[in-house]
Amino acid sequence: MIELQWVNKVFNQDQPNECRALREVNLRLERGGITVFKGPSGSGKTTLLTLIGCLARPTSGRITLDGRLLSNLPERFLTQARRHTFGFVFQQFNLIRGLTVLDNVLLPAYPLGRSYRDLHQAAQQVLEKFGLLAKATNKVEWLSGGEAQRVALARALINDPAIVIADEPTANLDSTLSREVLALLGELATQGRTVLISSHDPLVFESARVNRLIELRDGQIVGDSCFSKDA
Amino acid sequence: MPVFIEQQKYLIDYTLAALFRRKTRNLGLLLVYTLLVFLFASVLLLSQGLRREAAVLLQDAPEVIVQRLVAGRHDLLPAAWLDTLRQIRGVGEARGRLWGYYYDAAVKANYTVMAAPERKLADDRILIGAALARVRQLGIGDVFSLRAASGPPVLFKVAGVLEFSSELLSADLLLLSETSFRTLFQLPPALYTDAVLAVRNPREAAMIAQKTALALPSSRPILRSEILRTYDTVFDWREGITFLCLGSLLLAFLILAWDKAAGLSAEEKREIGILKAIGWETGDILRMKLWEGLLLSLSAFLAGYLLAWWQLFHGGAKLFSPLLKGWAVLYPDFQLTPTVDITQILILLAVTVLPYIVATLIPSWRAAIADPDAAMRG
Repeated sequence: MIELQWVNKVFNQDQPNECRALREVNLRLERGGITVFKGPSGSGKTTLLTLIGCLARPTSGRITLDGRLLSNLPERFLTQARRHTFGFVFQQFNLIRGLTVLDNVLLPAYPLGRSYRDLHQAAQQVLEKFGLLAKATNKVEWLSGGEAQRVALARALINDPAIVIADEPTANLDSTLSREVLALLGELATQGRTVLISSHDPLVFESARVNRLIELRDGQIVGDSCFSKDA
Repeated sequence: MPVFIEQQKYLIDYTLAALFRRKTRNLGLLLVYTLLVFLFASVLLLSQGLRREAAVLLQDAPEVIVQRLVAGRHDLLPAAWLDTLRQIRGVGEARGRLWGYYYDAAVKANYTVMAAPERKLADDRILIGAALARVRQLGIGDVFSLRAASGPPVLFKVAGVLEFSSELLSADLLLLSETSFRTLFQLPPALYTDAVLAVRNPREAAMIAQKTALALPSSRPILRSEILRTYDTVFDWREGITFLCLGSLLLAFLILAWDKAAGLSAEEKREIGILKAIGWETGDILRMKLWEGLLLSLSAFLAGYLLAWWQLFHGGAKLFSPLLKGWAVLYPDFQLTPTVDITQILILLAVTVLPYIVATLIPSWRAAIADPDAAMRG
């Protein structure tokens, strides 16, 4: 379970361009299912996901994961949490240009020092699952938007994380590809993973696959709806 | 341990891919880097080789040479001095030497002319150094004419070309009989250029030199170690001048390296952010950058050093020979003996590799300690 208590995030604190991205956020997220964070641009969705995913620390407040306090962990331990617990799918895909699809998928696993055979096998499996095996040796800059998104998803899964965080996963895709990505994320939730999505795309937050919809505005939670897991 | 090795293999794999992705930039840097190491290594290896060559040759040189000074200048030494020298305790043998210089206007070069009684040459025969033979295009049996001090030419037949283990000392050498030497330079019979002493116990050489100075107050004893020191000083000086010239090149390279390595592009900063976001630690990023610096700088170092080695020991050492061998018409053409000096390699490594690695690591560390959420924002 992920719990946020009185979480604030302020950028450029005490400077003329100070920005309060999150204000007094209290939230409890159970394991499993798909949770969507909805809200207009600048409402704090991405910031909230970066704090949950240990990509940044809150300015104040506490974040715990299964009772373990994350918000004041040293950098080294935050990395461990990022590495083993979370898989990220970024809005801009954030694939490394010049590298192949396979290399990009393998990247998060490099620091773990797994044997090449195991790692390669895992990468092959995940690529096959997302229909990318034929493109494994292609450079990522040659891929279409949908393919790049699937590679980003494959990369997020290579270390078998319990929680997948996807930031605006359909922002750069057309409706067909968006549905395809949603289906893949739904499949991950079916496997027992927790999927956290930020989106202002109705196709996402109106999807029947969504179990919980949290609405943000001006850095605060203004709405929280739970749906049946069987939906 | 296997996990650590696997990690390093993956990091190297990624680093190589990163280097290849920026081919033009890295290839340019590699070339400049290799050239720099090549130049420095050439100077170091050549001067070290020359010093060693001189030291090896002087191993067989006499322990003590005695000269006569008149008004502080080198003068001819009377044969009677040899008896006085032989009476000094510890002196095994005292022998008079005849040598001098001969200027050949035809090739504008000085030859070293020496009487070699041990060679038992006939009075019309001469042995010549290899460089001299090359310049004058002389071979065995050819006639070689030298002008005597009294004016008329003296004709010699070349009996052989000197084949020493090194041309360093024999390049411009002419060996002839004692009679021919005295005829050529119009030298009276009871005078020598200098004397050489064979010492029974080499460790007493300095003491014998002191005794010589006491027995013959106008003498100037020279120890072999002093000659070696002079050689060293000469090569140090020439090496210093060459390094001074190369110094500006090193500075230019360091600026280039700093600019290339230190100035992380937006793309590289973004990559570091992505890597951190997907689970790389700051340490992993630094290790990757360390590998990048090491791979590039060590490749350049190895290529530059091996190129310098090849150029020096197999390619005729054409590049810095004029600077380090001396300024002469008759360049000795000799093969230097390859030697590896670990201290020298470490110094060269420190001067060329360390600055580059530091230039690579510091900006990467700065980029890596920042929160990776910037990557999340695209």
